[in-house]
Amino acid sequence: MSSKMVGSNNLAHARRMVQQLRVEASIERIKVSKASADLMRYCGENAKYDPLLMGIPASENPFKDKKPCTIL
Amino acid sequence: MSELEQLRQEAEQLRNQIRDARKACNDSSLSQITAGLDSVGRIQMRTRRTLRGHLAKIYAMQWATDSRLLVSASQDGKLIIWDSYSTNKIHAIPLRSSWVMTCAYAPSGSYAACGGLDNICSIYSLKTREGNVRVTRELSGHTGYLSCCRFLDDSQIVTSSGDTTCALWDIETGQQTTTFTGHTGDVMSLSLSPDSRTFVSGACDASSKLWDIRDGMCRQSFTGHVSDINAVIFFPNGNAFTTGSDDATCRLFDLRADQELMMYSHDNINCGITSVAFSKSGRLLLAGYDDFNCNVWDTLKGERAGVLAGHDNRVSCLGISSDGMALATGSWDSFLRIWN
Repeated sequence: MSSKMVGSNNLAHARRMVQQLRVEASIERIKVSKASADLMRYCGENAKYDPLLMGIPASENPFKDKKPCTIL
Repeated sequence: MSELEQLRQEAEQLRNQIRDARKACNDSSLSQITAGLDSVGRIQMRTRRTLRGHLAKIYAMQWATDSRLLVSASQDGKLIIWDSYSTNKIHAIPLRSSWVMTCAYAPSGSYAACGGLDNICSIYSLKTREGNVRVTRELSGHTGYLSCCRFLDDSQIVTSSGDTTCALWDIETGQQTTTFTGHTGDVMSLSLSPDSRTFVSGACDASSKLWDIRDGMCRQSFTGHVSDINAVIFFPNGNAFTTGSDDATCRLFDLRADQELMMYSHDNINCGITSVAFSKSGRLLLAGYDDFNCNVWDTLKGERAGVLAGHDNRVSCLGISSDGMALATGSWDSFLRIWN
């Protein structure tokens, strides 16, 4: 590969890099305090629908331990 | 000044701009905001089912949307569809290549997919008229191993690869609709957003990226980890995601604040994380480790809430069913365990 080709590759790469950084720099950001509060609120609102968090009563657990069968 | 030198300077300025903008939003921390929150207490789960049948290391698994069936892939060259309630095997699918690294279940339940060192994403129809399972498509185009795949629907799948790219495929035509380029290391994992408009990827370049599925653009990039990222998963509301890495930490990144909010680590934990999942509310973060255990973390407070021990080798994959009822873990010990 000639040094001219390598040079133009570097240029193309640098242009792409700057273009990508412009996209990432332009986004709107919110404060960490608000983002954190929103996560906390979501967890709070949905806690009651979270079986692994709340625990599962045996009667509602589709995976409850299989009991051995007794022949009467 | 040459154009190259100008571009390099502009890149440096833009990086500083991003750094300063993130700092300006860094008015508090998740730990501070949740300081007064009750801790989740001790989370204890028991193994409810052990799925036996694979003859070698399990590398990947995914629950079906019915929260009952699941698919697992092992380097014994098989994809197995299990009924987790009964432990019965619904299908045992022999693979053309045994070097499988990932598998996926379509939301409809009609298809499964897998791939690995063959660089191909193979699509299997589970509901053929004849009643057997067969390959319906082989999606080839990646020039490196297939590390992860996730169905958007029956006709579209997103893949990540050791060739540093991700791709969106049209399964019908077998073509890549969109290629996602930008990572400078093997992409190891991806997670679709709840609204299916974006996905996050984690790579060996220690960065994670948010991608727009429609236009192929990388919208945001996140750094922080100091080694390969092996796993990535969206928080249930789509506003945040967590990554797991060889650097022995998991990290929570918020999309709207554009930065890391929490790191999950402990001095006693010195091995890599292979897999991550959130419980239904997002309050619990489950992570699988190379040291054979799974740790349960309080997402909001950053504290460890429990340990799930039981596997005799590395936990390579895990997932929580969509109804939130159970955690499935897959291991190099060849077994899957269902916990709750």
